[in-house]
Amino acid sequence: MNIVVLVKQVPDTWSERKLTDADHTLDRESADAVLDEINERAVEEALLLKEAHGGEVTVIAMGPGRATDAIRKALSMGADKAVHVSDDALHGSDVIATAKVLAKAIGTVEGFDLVIAGNEATDGRAGAIPAILAEILGLPQVTQLRKVTVEGTTVKGERETEEGVAHLEASLPAIVSVTEKINEPRYPSFKGIMAAKKKPVTTLTVADLGVDAGEVGLGGAWSGVIEASPKPPRSAGQRIDDEGVGGSKIAEYLVGQKLI
Amino acid sequence: MLDFRLDEEYEALRKTVEEFARDEVAPVIGDLYERNEFPYGIVAKMGRMGLFGLPFPEEHGGMGGDYFALCLALEELARVDSSVAITLEAGVSLGTMPLFRFGTDEQRAQWLPRMCTGEVLGAFGLTEPGGGSDAGAMRTTARLEDGHWVLNGTKAFITNSGTDITGLVTVAAVTGTKENGRKEISAIIVPAGTPGFTVSKKYSKVGWNASDTRELSFADCRVPEANLLGERGRGYAQFLQTLDEGRIAIAAVGVGLAQGCVDESLRYVGEREAFGHKIGEYQAIKFKIADMEVRAYNARLAYYAAAAKMLRGEPFKKEAAIAKLVSSEAAMDNAREATQIFGGYGFMNEYPVGRFYRDAKILEIGEGTSEVQRMLIARELGL
Ligand SMILES: Cc1cc2nc3c(=O)[nH]c(=O)nc-3n(C[C@H](O)[C@H](O)[C@H](O)COP(=O)(O)OP(=O)(O)OC[C@H]3O[C@@H](n4cnc5c(N)ncnc54)[C@H](O)[C@@H]3O)c2cc1C
Ligand SMILES: Cc1cc2nc3c(=O)[nH]c(=O)nc-3n(C[C@H](O)[C@H](O)[C@H](O)COP(=O)(O)OP(=O)(O)OC[C@H]3O[C@@H](n4cnc5c(N)ncnc54)[C@H](O)[C@@H]3O)c2cc1C
Repeated sequence: MNIVVLVKQVPDTWSERKLTDADHTLDRESADAVLDEINERAVEEALLLKEAHGGEVTVIAMGPGRATDAIRKALSMGADKAVHVSDDALHGSDVIATAKVLAKAIGTVEGFDLVIAGNEATDGRAGAIPAILAEILGLPQVTQLRKVTVEGTTVKGERETEEGVAHLEASLPAIVSVTEKINEPRYPSFKGIMAAKKKPVTTLTVADLGVDAGEVGLGGAWSGVIEASPKPPRSAGQRIDDEGVGGSKIAEYLVGQKLI
Repeated sequence: MLDFRLDEEYEALRKTVEEFARDEVAPVIGDLYERNEFPYGIVAKMGRMGLFGLPFPEEHGGMGGDYFALCLALEELARVDSSVAITLEAGVSLGTMPLFRFGTDEQRAQWLPRMCTGEVLGAFGLTEPGGGSDAGAMRTTARLEDGHWVLNGTKAFITNSGTDITGLVTVAAVTGTKENGRKEISAIIVPAGTPGFTVSKKYSKVGWNASDTRELSFADCRVPEANLLGERGRGYAQFLQTLDEGRIAIAAVGVGLAQGCVDESLRYVGEREAFGHKIGEYQAIKFKIADMEVRAYNARLAYYAAAAKMLRGEPFKKEAAIAKLVSSEAAMDNAREATQIFGGYGFMNEYPVGRFYRDAKILEIGEGTSEVQRMLIARELGL
């Protein structure tokens, strides 16, 4: 099986994240950048499928130069090779443009059977890339999966919703997106880290992919972020010492908030 | 030549273990420690990521790294918890390393693959109730009888010796008298569960409470002659070599603890207020933290330098002793100061610094006391 995993480098959720004041794009300097956790899970799922069915795992990332760190991590986990789309023209791309570029990049991987993406990136949180990609590539999409299996030329998946679990399937090649319930990603081993140094990474520009630079980036974006304001800090809670009437005090508070 | 930057792969490993300690160890270790429980789940995860195989070649199931890689992992683990760090340290440098160094092909094939994945732990039995510093005075004996070693005696304070996954203990025992009249000491592999080999219940310890430490007794315990590890009569020398390396690893654990004290203190002094100011605004507190950082930094340089010598194949006895001494004292001093900075909360077990305080002292005792390190350093200086 030939599997492609789409991986994005995002600001570490452990550090303070913000947008630049100038153009409301991500302030990549202010926070540590890491391989998005949801994409670690996507890589893990690809590796599990590879372990079960054989084949090759290719990771594709679109992002600035330092996205190589995220790529390196995916390769350390066990992915076989990588395609890195890096071009200054891509700065500020919206989801449509991102999907166009990723579609072209996927096209460079010969004979792929399955594309695995995260359901939603932790920074942009558009949750739209997999669907748009499916449209552009004309492939079936099975999204938001908590379980993925491949049988012959069919991919099967489970999607959990509030109401229950939906069982879905599509014929390969297909695009799937996975949720945080899918698996627990492995930590790279030292052997994996050493091996990653020797794995091939192909770096491509938009021109290499035959994409018009005017269609991507801030200029080519159909949508834009107008303003972003940080969440107000949570106000300190109200402390009630229970001197036998704690229960009724809490009830009074909830009534005051019109909650009961 | 003078370049202390970590190579890319060392840095990637360090970062991976840092994340592992933060995400997998920190959330659960307080509870395990409180209940004196061995961290089986964490050990299994460390095994899966290859930490127990770090310094061993791939042909034995290892990661193809080196001893310095192990030290980096130990430092990052100990920044969060020492019981977990020491379980790895003892497992690799006391449990597996002697087998890798001195074992026959059969012994290596039998044990190394499962030890490298952390599925099986090995322990190292040198210390006895009657004395550890003067290990040559040991009384445990092993006599050869119809193709078997018959062991009798007691070992004290042996790490990783009584877990559900302990596979073997390498025991140092007197196997005869040399021509010069001195004791002939050899090392013998005793598999867990061998009749005549009893493991006591866990000690009640001041610190390292999630680590497994036991007293072992041997009463006519018989193992095959082929369980001799290395040459007969070379046992003591072998153990000393193991201990020299182990000192660098213990130094890394001490640096981790010392740095963990800085991490925790920095967080706390930015939140805690007294007399209308964050306590981090008071110079008395700032200077404490500056001094703590200096100690951790110095101790790290000391163990890096010792490891560098070791990896270059140069003599490193003195440097290893210096690193162990400096680092265990840094850990002890930093734990005391961090606890002071935390005030009353520092004395509560629910805060990591309380755990650091309890875990620091053993670093000045285990794998050679601070007095023994000074003896070694003085001896290297020709005194
Ligand atoms: C705060 C913020 C808000 C934004 N809002 C919008 C918006 O409303 N509309 C809009 O068009 N754009 C928006 N953008 C831009 C958008 O984030 C980027 O275009 C981004 O590359 C794709 O969107 P996403 O990451 O949210 O994708 P999602 O659809 O959430 O990502 C799902 C999965 O697609 C894959 N993937 C996504 N991006 C990449 C990549 N660069 N390389 C490899 N794989 C990838 C990953 O597997 C990921 O897990 C926003 C950006 C920010 C920072
Ligand atoms: C939690 C824990 C785990 C351990 N794990 C292991 C293990 O896995 N394997 C193992 O073999 N051992 C292990 N040990 C034992 C440890 O290595 C010994 O405790 C240590 O070497 C000291 O030996 P001792 O306790 O017998 O002290 P002693 O040797 O009796 O020393 C008592 C005091 O006298 C001092 N002293 C001794 N000789 C001199 C001298 N000549 N000059 C000046 N001062 C001197 C010492 O420094 C010390 O302060 C462990 C111990 C503990 C507490």
